[in-house]
Amino acid sequence: MDLSGIIGYLTGFAIMAVIYAIFCLGLNVHWGYTGLFNIGIAGFFALGAYTSALLTTASPDPLMFEDYVFGGDLPARLGFWNLGIDLWFFIALMAAALVCGVVALFIGFLTLRLREDYLAIATLGIAESIRIIFLNERWLANGSKGLYRIPKFLGDLVSPQHYDYLYLAAVVTILFILYIAVDRAIKSPWGRVLKAIREDELTTQASGKNVFNFKLQSFIFGAGIMGIGGALYAHNVRFVDPITFDPLLATFIIWAMLMVGGSGNNKGAILGAFVVWGIWTGTQFLPGFLSDPNLRYVMTGLLILAVILLRPGGVLSEERVVSRLSETRPGDASTET
Amino acid sequence: MTTTSPRTQRLIPKWNASYSVVAGFLILLILGFFSIIKLELMVNGLFLGAIIALGAISLSLIYGILNFAHLAQGDFMTLGAYIALFLLGTLLPRLGLEGAGLGPFTFGYPVFIALPLAILAMAAIAIGLDVTIYRRLRRRGVSKVLLAMTSLGLAIALRGAVQVIWGGDTYQYPRLSKEFYQLSMGIRIPPDNLFIGAMTIVLVVVLYLFLTRTRIGKAMRATSDNMDLARVSGINTENIIKWTWALSAGLAATAGVFLAIFQAQLLPIMGWRLLILLFASVILGGIGNLYGALVGALIIGVAAEVSTQWLNPAYKIVIAFVIMIAALLIRPKGIFGVKD
Amino acid sequence: MSLLKVSNIVAGYGETEILHGVSIAIEEGHVVTIIGPNGSGKSTLLKAIFGLIKPKKGQVLFQGKDITGLAPETVVRRGLCYVPQSSNIFPSLSINENLEMGAFIRTDDFRQRLEEMYLLFPDLAGRRKDRAGTLSGGQRQMLALARALMLDPALLLLDEPSAGLAPSMVGSVFEKILGINRSGVAILLVEQNAREALKLSSWGYVLASGRNQLEDRGENLLNNPDVARLYLGG
Repeated sequence: MDLSGIIGYLTGFAIMAVIYAIFCLGLNVHWGYTGLFNIGIAGFFALGAYTSALLTTASPDPLMFEDYVFGGDLPARLGFWNLGIDLWFFIALMAAALVCGVVALFIGFLTLRLREDYLAIATLGIAESIRIIFLNERWLANGSKGLYRIPKFLGDLVSPQHYDYLYLAAVVTILFILYIAVDRAIKSPWGRVLKAIREDELTTQASGKNVFNFKLQSFIFGAGIMGIGGALYAHNVRFVDPITFDPLLATFIIWAMLMVGGSGNNKGAILGAFVVWGIWTGTQFLPGFLSDPNLRYVMTGLLILAVILLRPGGVLSEERVVSRLSETRPGDASTET
Repeated sequence: MTTTSPRTQRLIPKWNASYSVVAGFLILLILGFFSIIKLELMVNGLFLGAIIALGAISLSLIYGILNFAHLAQGDFMTLGAYIALFLLGTLLPRLGLEGAGLGPFTFGYPVFIALPLAILAMAAIAIGLDVTIYRRLRRRGVSKVLLAMTSLGLAIALRGAVQVIWGGDTYQYPRLSKEFYQLSMGIRIPPDNLFIGAMTIVLVVVLYLFLTRTRIGKAMRATSDNMDLARVSGINTENIIKWTWALSAGLAATAGVFLAIFQAQLLPIMGWRLLILLFASVILGGIGNLYGALVGALIIGVAAEVSTQWLNPAYKIVIAFVIMIAALLIRPKGIFGVKD
Repeated sequence: MSLLKVSNIVAGYGETEILHGVSIAIEEGHVVTIIGPNGSGKSTLLKAIFGLIKPKKGQVLFQGKDITGLAPETVVRRGLCYVPQSSNIFPSLSINENLEMGAFIRTDDFRQRLEEMYLLFPDLAGRRKDRAGTLSGGQRQMLALARALMLDPALLLLDEPSAGLAPSMVGSVFEKILGINRSGVAILLVEQNAREALKLSSWGYVLASGRNQLEDRGENLLNNPDVARLYLGG
């Protein structure tokens, strides 16, 4: 591989790592800052990707899309073509976040009042259901064949061989904006309530905060970020099908990234995305059975276990924002006499 | 983990009026749909429900004693089924123990050797995992959400291990195709299903007797009620936890083997796919409640099977999920209401 | 030699230290009461004695043997039993099963002891097969006592046995405690209802902020004007 090939490879690698970093930010809002156990990231991933793809992909060719009737030329149908596809890209991105937010509202409303593990089960169920619906309802998004020819963002601005650089700049910018947004939110009084809920829900409730509302807001916020991640993925790979949203690549790996990087730390979330994606893509260059894709399953699982057992804080543990005097450690809350 | 937690989850509650009401309602529902629904689907749904019930009960045992969602339970089922595959397909034939098509069944007598061995193997694996992983975290006093997270990591690793060892192909236990039983009203039942149903009834009765008649079983329920008080009474709760893992993993292995017989195939993802159905049953019946898990599983099994009359069979999971959501909307604590 | 001798116990939950060096002693067959304001560490002391929390420093001697930091399931085999303040029964088990769990470590035939308990607590006798969760507050407290007595311990640790009971029930609980003591069981009592408790006690300790404040004969504490003003409600 020559130099330009290597640079091209690294650019492609970085785009995916940045997209995963966006998911990690969303998951960090859920788990790292509020303690919400979402194991259905794949569902929000799929919803974000499909929403954006359906809104931007041009009118389908009836020869290639057999039963597919919905979406595609929606902008044209609404007479918005003059906005240009690139403005549509942003509207589609917002729509992806919105759809995920609405689904999160529904799931959260049902489960966030109950024991915390109900949320896990419900997110797992919705992710599987979304995948199965997209797989079997061919009218919706072409079923198992998936959607392809998803348009490039600012596709005509640069020549195709330089497109990846442009897209990398775009995803990095969006990651940066989201990072600032999450950081601001977490350091605000709102974010401090979230952390209080994570540390000790009963006390937070007792101090007059509506814990359910805060949890719901956090869940919707994180899910919206995941929707944006899904949309960015769709415009990067420019092809989505239900197999893309297998729990391994769309849920478990993101968990491994956050756990490795350090939950409760946004820099850690981004670092974890790069490290784990590096390990993940790196193993294909290993010799013999080590490059067996199935081994990556074992590795992802063991990585999560190892972090929990050996380094619960991850590589970068949580930044302490509160003063050291008022610091309490999680798990020491029981002071009954 | 020092303070006594006022947890009143009932591992085995007394049968009360609400149960009879629900049971009666169920029967009415079934009778009401008599003319609309294919009876065959309903009957075979009960057998699927039996398999789900074994898995759901095994999940409920962990919930009852350790109080967290054990997400690796589906993959315990998968691993149990594959251990039986290794025994039936490789080890036992080498020892000259081979056969298929015993009587009306597709499988042969070696299943009766392989099943107990798979149960023992899974029990040992589960205890091993507890000692190496879960016990450490318990001692650290981590939250139940982190325990569930750990079990997710374990689930991924176990499924990966199955894929590394056996590959992603589908397998079958040695089998001979057999005639289905023809009943009146056009019901056809594979004889294997009757075996699965009968074995499930036996296992549930044995489990019930174990939990209500034996010293260890009662101590298990006591531990589920209040772990600190159990320790204060002299019960070695670490031993009880080992018993719980052994029982739970044994039941999961049985469910896995039955599922492999029921579907006539093994897939590395089979247990994970069933996990949502297991949790739907547990939530429907009320978390930590064994009767609830049993009844919930039968409802989920029948509903999932009956739905195939109108829907693509792939939607079974979606149906289970919708029922679970409906249950959360109407009775968040499950049909048999569990206080927590 | 004291039956139980606790010296300079330092203990707490996680990083939070509650007891900063408490010492108490109780002789065979006696009733000793520990009183003190909320948060003074009374319950924590019982938990530390029984191994539910591990003391960081100090020593617990029972019948001359060191039991410091032993797990509760081991401590109970040495002949002392503990009744926690709340959640002190197994609600989903039947009353009979609750008593069986009390005798969990006994390998001999404990049926006679079971009948003795039903004689001592006749309220329970009629409801052997009922779930303990269906009992009233007073009956629960009786069951909790009966469960702990199944082992016929030399020492019983009671954490606020009258807490949350209807006033009419409080008297009968103390009556039972006195009866249990008369049968030869030493009792270490932690009580909010200090006046009643001190009346039964041969010795009393006052804890404050995790330290020994005062100790004296039960009646002396009752008659001590400072104690009366601070801890006995005037």
